[in-house]
Amino acid sequence: MTDLSVRVEDKLYQNRYQVDAGKVHIKVREHDTPTAPLRALLTACPARCYELNDKGQVELTADGCIECGTCRIIGEASGDIEWNYPRGGYGISFKFG
Amino acid sequence: MIDERFDAIVVGAGMAGNAAAYTLAERGLKVLQLERGEYAGAKNVQGAILYADMLEKIIPNFREDAPLERHLVEQRFWMMDDRSHTGMQYRSDDFNEEKPNRYTIIRTQFDKWFSQKVRDAGALVICETTVTGLVQNGEGRVIGVKTDRADGEVHADVVVLAEGVSGLLGSRAGLRDRPEADKVALAVKEMHFLPSETIEARFNLKGDEGVVIEAAGTISQGMTGMGFIYTNKECISLGIGCLVSDFQSTGETPYDLIERFKKHPSVAPLIEGSEVKEYSAHLIPEGGYKAIPQLYGDGWVMVGDAAQLNNAIHREGSNLAMTSGRLAAEAIFQVKSRRDPMTAENLSLYKKMIDDSFVMKDLKKYKDMPALLHTQSKNFFLTYPQLVSKAMQDFLRVDGTPKAQKEKATLKSFVSARSWWGLAGDAVRLARAWR
Repeated sequence: MTDLSVRVEDKLYQNRYQVDAGKVHIKVREHDTPTAPLRALLTACPARCYELNDKGQVELTADGCIECGTCRIIGEASGDIEWNYPRGGYGISFKFG
Repeated sequence: MIDERFDAIVVGAGMAGNAAAYTLAERGLKVLQLERGEYAGAKNVQGAILYADMLEKIIPNFREDAPLERHLVEQRFWMMDDRSHTGMQYRSDDFNEEKPNRYTIIRTQFDKWFSQKVRDAGALVICETTVTGLVQNGEGRVIGVKTDRADGEVHADVVVLAEGVSGLLGSRAGLRDRPEADKVALAVKEMHFLPSETIEARFNLKGDEGVVIEAAGTISQGMTGMGFIYTNKECISLGIGCLVSDFQSTGETPYDLIERFKKHPSVAPLIEGSEVKEYSAHLIPEGGYKAIPQLYGDGWVMVGDAAQLNNAIHREGSNLAMTSGRLAAEAIFQVKSRRDPMTAENLSLYKKMIDDSFVMKDLKKYKDMPALLHTQSKNFFLTYPQLVSKAMQDFLRVDGTPKAQKEKATLKSFVSARSWWGLAGDAVRLARAWR
């Protein structure tokens, strides 16, 4: 397996974002061990926003979020994540879309 | 937020929202359109192909100034295994007509143009504003929206929900369900920039001619999904999408999938030396006819992706979005012209109009396809492409083996992979769902 983290960051680097400092639009429910939906987010998120921390919990860094909504489909019904849009004007701004 | 009352509020500035807002404003209604992006198109992602007919019905002379990339003269379908593809392609000089039928577009640029048309028609368009909720009166009738602006409540006779596939408003207000993982696909896309001459040489094109490639097979790793390659003037849109439930169960990653697609020996030479300038992702409603929610109610109508109006079999979404937006607007205009209230009963006119259009007729035709493809994904996206590739290679490789013996071996490989019952069953199921 090649080093995927480098590749995703390279992809996101081209994108344009207005980061809403201190206001994260998605929240992960506190947990000791990740549920199945949370584990699925580690691989399904196309921006690789979800990663395991050193305690084995799923952590979110929403800076590169492309706002596709995949994590909402997987994790909202079970209550594993709380999903919202960024405030108006913030988040990703596609140049080509 | 704004201390005045509107005839209609349109939530979202995508294809459906712009079509609705334009049609309403054009007919003289007082329209407010709200968009959460920095500008119209900032949050929108599509392949993207534009169908001229559906836009012509809204803006007849759009070709004069719309940002169009290439008109399509050729369509290729590829069935892929790991090293090869079996293709079918159709190319015709008839598509070099005065008013071409299909174009490639770059969505953000197109949406900015469409939004300007909406403003020119007289609608008030406010961006950088997220609609956070619907305002309902005591009887549950929608009478406006709440936004994330200070004093951000604004009222109208009717609200057009054009908020897209993952819009929160409809589901939070209980007007539609949140899409389920097996009824929605995640597509990732990259924009590969190359000089126009290079694109024209690689795809055998002249001037503004364009090519579409749709690809299925082992590139989706056995998941229900497809890849695509569309030529624009100076870039190539390349992407791949699969059901969210398949990503969930297989642990495949979207970025690995697009990387593998790009490295496929049939694809790599087409994008060699390109500069990637954007990586995007978007959900696509794949549930078809059976996933369509209630489309209207007291004080509201739902259009486009929010209403699941997407024909996954023909990969048509924007034309259903534009048409539903236009029809919703025409229905609202008729109700308004009669000075009738925007009740569910009166707005049911929109449902009747959309039922009579190609939108519902097409979706109804393929109502059984999603279930078939989703449950048979390993056969349709892995087994058959591999069998076909092997058969084609055996057929073409001249090595002294008698042809009859080769055909026998090919047949045997199909039967041992799927059994006679399996093959016959797949054929019947496909024919039934297609009918």
